[in-house]
Amino acid sequence: MPQNEYIERHRKLHGRRLDYEERKRKREAREPHKRAQTARSLRGIKAKIFNKERRNEKIQMKKKIKAHEEKKTKKVTEKVQEGALPVYLLDRDVQSKAKVLSNMIKQKRKEKAGKWDVPIPKVRAQADAEVLRVVKSGKTKRKAWKRMVTKVTFVGEGFTRKPPKFERFIRPMALRFKKAHVTHPELKATFHLPIIGVKKNPSSPMFTSLGVITKGTVIEVNISELGLVTQAGKVVWGKYAQVTNNPENDGCINAVLLV
Amino acid sequence: MEVETDCESKRILCRFKSETGQIAGDVMDLPLQCTLKQLNLICNAVIQNAENASYTFFINDKEIKENLEKSISSNEINIESVVDIIYQQQAVFKVRAITRCTASMPGHSEAVISVNFSPDGKHLASGSGDTTVRFWDIETQTPYHTCKGHKNWVLCIAWSPDSSKLASACKDGKIILWNPKTGSQVGKTMMGHKQWVTSLSWEPYHKNTECRYFVSSSKDCNLRIWDSVLCTTVRTLAGHTKGVTVVKWGGAGLIYSASQDRSVKVWRAEDGVLCRSLEGHGHWVNTLALSTDYILRIGAFDPVKDSNKDTYTLDKRKSKEFALKRYKEITDLFGERLVSGSDDFTLFLWDPEKDKKPINRLHGHIQPVNDVKFSPNGRIIASASFDKSIKLWDSKTGKFIGVLRGHVQAVYMVAFSADSRLMVSGSADSTLKLWNLDGMKLQGDLPGHADEVYAVDWSSDGRNVASGGKDKVLKLWQY
Repeated sequence: MPQNEYIERHRKLHGRRLDYEERKRKREAREPHKRAQTARSLRGIKAKIFNKERRNEKIQMKKKIKAHEEKKTKKVTEKVQEGALPVYLLDRDVQSKAKVLSNMIKQKRKEKAGKWDVPIPKVRAQADAEVLRVVKSGKTKRKAWKRMVTKVTFVGEGFTRKPPKFERFIRPMALRFKKAHVTHPELKATFHLPIIGVKKNPSSPMFTSLGVITKGTVIEVNISELGLVTQAGKVVWGKYAQVTNNPENDGCINAVLLV
Repeated sequence: MEVETDCESKRILCRFKSETGQIAGDVMDLPLQCTLKQLNLICNAVIQNAENASYTFFINDKEIKENLEKSISSNEINIESVVDIIYQQQAVFKVRAITRCTASMPGHSEAVISVNFSPDGKHLASGSGDTTVRFWDIETQTPYHTCKGHKNWVLCIAWSPDSSKLASACKDGKIILWNPKTGSQVGKTMMGHKQWVTSLSWEPYHKNTECRYFVSSSKDCNLRIWDSVLCTTVRTLAGHTKGVTVVKWGGAGLIYSASQDRSVKVWRAEDGVLCRSLEGHGHWVNTLALSTDYILRIGAFDPVKDSNKDTYTLDKRKSKEFALKRYKEITDLFGERLVSGSDDFTLFLWDPEKDKKPINRLHGHIQPVNDVKFSPNGRIIASASFDKSIKLWDSKTGKFIGVLRGHVQAVYMVAFSADSRLMVSGSADSTLKLWNLDGMKLQGDLPGHADEVYAVDWSSDGRNVASGGKDKVLKLWQY
């Protein structure tokens, strides 16, 4: 084992032998002949191994040549970017904004019909027994007319509970939600927005009026902070969103904005 | 009985004074009940004006709205002293307020970035993100020519003052000249800028009636003066250390350029010498406006008389004199004023021909100022900002006049009508709004665009407003 880089050192001190370049050129010129000679004379497994190696080498070589050629003839036609901006906005990082609400009339019509193109069209119906738990009341716990809602609910601001005698449905404080994580499908961004109301719970109109939020429920959210504008130049305040998760399991409401 | 006599006896010594301080006529004794109409009549008689022009009157910088009595507070009334009534002539013609959209012209397949009427108000051109420049026929409100030549977004367009050529520049830094009559390219593509071109400005008509030279500013920190006949760079003006945002070719042979390096630079056009650098802004300078912008833009076109003539078949010498005369009229007041708006939320008012110190700093906006314009008569400055408001300033002193609120998102651009009485603004909230500057209030709301409005222009003859935006259509608005 050499203990040092003595060859390099020698080379640095004395230089190479005078005919080094010529010998090198000749060796390189002889190389293909030598290779051909071995290829011709090899037999059996050795020939197989040799040919396989040589094939791989050739593939690599061809790849490299192609890459170099591509580099030389690069570009010419670059695609024009989409989303043209005027000069005064070019240097500002304008965050992608959602399109201004395109068709208010269509929107209104849909609202009237109570039908929306929702991301989750088919929703598993929630049975009454699943959502409402019977609460026994009375001195001997014989009466069973009270119900406790076991799903997430939205209760409007300023709601006061009725006296116990008249309160048929109890909506527990712990399951009341005020905000939802709403994703804008065009912007691909999520916002934490206050809920305005429950528009429709597909399972039953009673759940709608109770404000029960389950998967597939259409809720109205306050999107004024998104800064969307109508065509008439007014800020849009409320918009509908559909719940995409099971809030009672997850502890949060995720929804997709209906645009 | 007594009351009546008391009323009649309230008289005051007045004399009329022009804005420049020339006293017109003798001192006269006017009753305090004298109304604006009567004042107008008297003033016309005193100045011996043949055509009955309308005036606005000011006492101590306060405009007279109804009669003399209301404008002079009682404790200021001094029988002994003479009150100076300053009169300002208003435009002899009146532009009718636009009220409706007469045409939405689809055609562009990407956002419309720039819209410009020709100086004579007969042609309309627009540049878009789909790499084309389009000419539109205003009379029939249909597409006229589609000009393909650019390889990237067409960022800015500029008409030559004689309306015979249109220069357009794209994001690749190439500039092309077009003939509005045939829609074909004139000369060859002008290459030189390494980055996108931010603005174009032609040489004023009264300097050169041939409309041969124009200047372009670019993000690559340079300005270039181009020869539109040979299609070559005449001169490169380097000196800015960051991208240049706007360039204006002033009427006195100076070129003004604003840059993101926080300075406004003044260059001499004929030899490219840097005359002075106006410092003061604390952030990017976004926009510039000259008090003579409107006059320089329309060249020799007269919005009152010429509305049915071809401007560029006129006698060149005569039209040059006419343009020069009108330029002198405007600059007579206080020279060529420059105002610059910046990302530091302020504007600066400069007198760039003489001084490198600002006349005033205009505070008030709470977001970057995006656009600033002088009214055609050079008396009012309007600044549009991302804070959703438009503010009005007095161009003489830079005093704050008022604020126009109504947009719910950033205001991108404003455009004045030729008579300086109306203004239209385009905003990110997809609407145009029409403002009346007499009472400083909203005259009309013009919804219609489906998305942000990027560009607005009011034609020089006052008939049309054109607007384009992200929704790819070009809209024409009329009264």
